[in-house]
Amino acid sequence: MNLTLKVWRQKNRNTEGKIVDYQVKDISPEMSFLEMLDVLNEDLLRQGDEPVAFDHDCREGICGSCNLFINGRAHGPESGTTTCQLHMRKFSDGDTIVIEPWRANAFPVNKDLSVDRSAFDRIIQAGGYVSVNTGGTPDGNEIPIPKEIADRAFEAATCIGCGACVASCKNASAMLFVSAKVSQLALLPQGHVERKTRVENMVAQMDKEGFGACTNIGSCAAECPVGISLENIAILNREFLAAKATSNNLV
Amino acid sequence: MSWISNTFSSSIGRKIVMAATGLFLCSFLVVHLVGNLQLFKNDGGLAFNAYSEFMSHNTIIRILEIGLVAGFGLHIFEGLLLASKNKAARGSSYVSNHIEQNSPWHSRNMAVLGSLVLFFLIVHLYNFFGTLRFGEPLKDAQGNENAYALVVDAFHNIFYVALYVLAQFALLYHLLHGFQSAFQTLGLNHRKYTPLIKLVGVVFSVVVCAGFAAMPIYFYFFK
Repeated sequence: MNLTLKVWRQKNRNTEGKIVDYQVKDISPEMSFLEMLDVLNEDLLRQGDEPVAFDHDCREGICGSCNLFINGRAHGPESGTTTCQLHMRKFSDGDTIVIEPWRANAFPVNKDLSVDRSAFDRIIQAGGYVSVNTGGTPDGNEIPIPKEIADRAFEAATCIGCGACVASCKNASAMLFVSAKVSQLALLPQGHVERKTRVENMVAQMDKEGFGACTNIGSCAAECPVGISLENIAILNREFLAAKATSNNLV
Repeated sequence: MSWISNTFSSSIGRKIVMAATGLFLCSFLVVHLVGNLQLFKNDGGLAFNAYSEFMSHNTIIRILEIGLVAGFGLHIFEGLLLASKNKAARGSSYVSNHIEQNSPWHSRNMAVLGSLVLFFLIVHLYNFFGTLRFGEPLKDAQGNENAYALVVDAFHNIFYVALYVLAQFALLYHLLHGFQSAFQTLGLNHRKYTPLIKLVGVVFSVVVCAGFAAMPIYFYFFK
């Protein structure tokens, strides 16, 4: 297949970016989208041009690095996939493909298609963990957790932190990400000790990073590669409200 | 008491204010619609005028009116503030964005729809509330202020009829998203009840807006 690519090129976070057109030839339909970009970068290197910077790591849909906004959709037109799981057979010969980075004030562009998602790390640092201050590893099944609760917590835990929710939300809101992390730990007994402080701190950090507020339009859940549901946002809202009303934190 | 201001200035706190005031305003719509159904009574407006007189002079209603103004004020203020903050959170816009493939139009344009409803509200207050409260309305046979005559007069103006009917479409789409969205924001999401809330939201939106839209149409064509 031969394709026209319209790729966002930006030197660094302080410069203005622009769309640059490239032609790629003889792309196999079996290639993943990232392999197609590898072909483009080899061509650019051979021509003595700067390759296009894009994030990638595991290339099997686990790491959440390959964040590309393809033809106006986070991770491209396929639902339930990351960019590395998107294959060129979903496109046709002669297609024009627009490739942009995630756009959010909280996710500044490092270079070209690579964005800085450390805002997510700082939200996790604010409370997305369970403190274990003493003792050894507890025996398996020592803490009884009903299967249904374990399954729901696991569903929330599948969030890979890719940021597609922020990228596709019209408000660049991070609520689906934060809600997945909060509800995962709120559902499990291990998370109960820090439950109230966690949600207060994580929401405060989310606001501080400059993410928008949720307006329940549902774009995030529709574009989430692992299918985190909007129910988590409702859980986050009530966890937040309950924590603010009953926690001992006077801030 | 900084925890209270911190709660309500957080993104979720502001959304909770939007949801709570939104549902409160929904309750106002029900009262307003049910009361105004008396316009359809074939008595030359006597029942409607008596009701109107009660609503504008009863002390309890006048106190509740302050709450209503506060509800509108908060909903409008927080709505505009959130809309501008949310727009700023995006930063630079996408060259190509097909958001219409993953969310309905009306859910993304609540601020636009709300602003249209606000414009209508101002005209609506000018038409009726302004004259009744600050003007010198005529009296009917029972000595009540003749609000009915104002309605008949306004709804024989094709521009007002068109505006009032179109405004109901803006309100309809605002409610179609807003009603169920308010429950989600308040954390009331349950696999048993959420489908029911969504259904009730659609029925509520259609019935309320159709009820209001019927009034100008009825007066223009039949009175």
